[in-house]
Amino acid sequence: MSNKFIGIGASAGYAIGKVFRLEDPDLTVEKQNISDVDDEIKLFNQSLEQSKKELEIIKEKTKDQLGDEHAEIFSAHILVLSDPELVDTIRKKVSDEKINVAYALKEVSDQFVIMFESMENEYMKERAADIRDVSKRVLSHILGKPIVSIAEINEEVIIIAEDLTPSDTAQLDKKFVQGFVTDIGGRTSHSAIMSRSMEIPAVVGTKKITDHAKNGEIIVVDGNDGTVILNPTEEELTEYKQKQNQFNEQKKEWAKLVNDKTKTNDGIQVELAANIGTPNDLDGVKNNGAEAIGLYRTEFLYMGRDELPTEEEQFEAYKKVVEEMEGKPVVIRTLDIGGDKELPYLDLPKEMNPFLGFRAIRLCLEKDDMFRTQLRALLRASAYGNLKIMFPMIATLEEFREAKKFLEEERQSLLNSGVEVRNDIEIGIMVEIPSTAVMAGQFAKEVDFFSIGTNDLIQYTMAADRMNERVSYLYQPYNPAILNLVKMVIDASHKEGKWTGMCGEMAGDTVAIPLLLGLGLDEFSMSATSILPARSQIASIKKGDAEKLVTKALQLNTSDEVKELVEEQFL
Amino acid sequence: MAERNYKIIAETGIHARPATQLVNKAGQYESDVTLEYNGKSVNLKSIMGVMSLGMGQGAEITIKAEGPDADDALSGIDSIMKEGLAE
Repeated sequence: MSNKFIGIGASAGYAIGKVFRLEDPDLTVEKQNISDVDDEIKLFNQSLEQSKKELEIIKEKTKDQLGDEHAEIFSAHILVLSDPELVDTIRKKVSDEKINVAYALKEVSDQFVIMFESMENEYMKERAADIRDVSKRVLSHILGKPIVSIAEINEEVIIIAEDLTPSDTAQLDKKFVQGFVTDIGGRTSHSAIMSRSMEIPAVVGTKKITDHAKNGEIIVVDGNDGTVILNPTEEELTEYKQKQNQFNEQKKEWAKLVNDKTKTNDGIQVELAANIGTPNDLDGVKNNGAEAIGLYRTEFLYMGRDELPTEEEQFEAYKKVVEEMEGKPVVIRTLDIGGDKELPYLDLPKEMNPFLGFRAIRLCLEKDDMFRTQLRALLRASAYGNLKIMFPMIATLEEFREAKKFLEEERQSLLNSGVEVRNDIEIGIMVEIPSTAVMAGQFAKEVDFFSIGTNDLIQYTMAADRMNERVSYLYQPYNPAILNLVKMVIDASHKEGKWTGMCGEMAGDTVAIPLLLGLGLDEFSMSATSILPARSQIASIKKGDAEKLVTKALQLNTSDEVKELVEEQFL
Repeated sequence: MAERNYKIIAETGIHARPATQLVNKAGQYESDVTLEYNGKSVNLKSIMGVMSLGMGQGAEITIKAEGPDADDALSGIDSIMKEGLAE
């Protein structure tokens, strides 16, 4: 009998294949007395060398796929394996006490782990995980139970794991890995974002798939609705093969639209843009025919490392993106950290309500050295393409004015030292706080554009923490309250001859698209893989019909009523 | 024995990247190189030793070298310190 699991569809598409469990081998060790110390030390040295070689490979792969800064951590891991405090202590313990090296390694590394874990500093606490990671690798070689590595997969499989770490995903080879399913994670967790940019069907957050799936069993992954079927029946297999074929045919149809403009059925043009996190996402942007980048999340430059990126590093990244977009608009959002995104090296105190706390522009305005470095990098990169700057989490006009003042000061100082800076850079804000949506009329006189961040706008409007599953029913993008706020923002911008975009999940949502068209949204920014389906959908809608639809929708009472109305008429 | 004193000026203190650079550098010399901070002394050739001190901005530290190439070791380390890390 088949076994069905429901998780969260993280990346669209269907995969049918054999289970490949990615898990750690049993590395428990017991203390043993040994007679030949030299043999034991030799075993240790070989295991160290093997581990270093593996880490070098992982480091190179990471560098290729994710860039230098993400590879840095593995340099530190390699250095731990040469650390005299660690390796000499282990060797000494083996020869003094005549015990097995596996046990000695465990004892010594545990001491270091405890030492780091007991430190006050958050950053140092995380180093405990590094030491655990590295000693696990060496231990696996000593015990002759190598850790299964994604890099070694050489047949078509579907990966089943509790979670995938950054070093796992960096090694994924699309040729063999047809999909993956995890126990934990949500749509915005690291593995989910990676699966979308690599276009691998994936389901995350199934909670218990690893309790059931065994190596070699057949598994069906539906990345569209989050269904996973283990050991499918003949009928289920036929059904999903059919769905897979249809999806692939559909994708081929969509692919024909890659160079087309985005127009409604009655010829009104809108812009479809992509959300990106790093310059490595540019391939997806081009392959999916994005007309712009509507959101470049710069926080990835700051994450997965242990110190601030320099002005030069940032400049190179921004320059690469604007140059490769060849004059198409690139909206770059300044650092949006805090909330669910932490930077351990800033050592910020824990907050009771991080989403309502010291984050994004609030943090940047106070730590203005850090902010000015980013602004200078952005200003310098502006000379190489069509760069627009966007400030996140703006709640008041004063915040916008202060951020803009910093920007002007840095522009002047660059110009004074003879650096080229474009003088027509558009400066906009994210609208994700209700106060800003309500005040859009006043803001529209001072900003060049708005971009509505729906994930946050919804959570702040509904007062529902989007990380809290028990209130997830309040995440209601079609609620007339949200639609009315969106309308206020779009109308206010048009009144001043400005434009409004949207860069949350909602912009690529099939139910939301007819509504947003009706409201007059100018730019839709979404995951690159949603662009072609959106272009195809928009081509089937008449702007006039969408306007009539939204007039009705704004009068309805609930989110469900709005959804039913759209589905009745447009889907 | 040769020694030099520094004050850490980098905003994020001595984290993995500078620590990695310092340890790699120290490893190139035959001399014993130690780092003293806050009454503790660690082997500068040990990444975990260095990281365990948790040196933040403003930390005052002493680097000592003893051995045949002690002076070279100090000037090698000095070049890394002066890249915005310490003064």
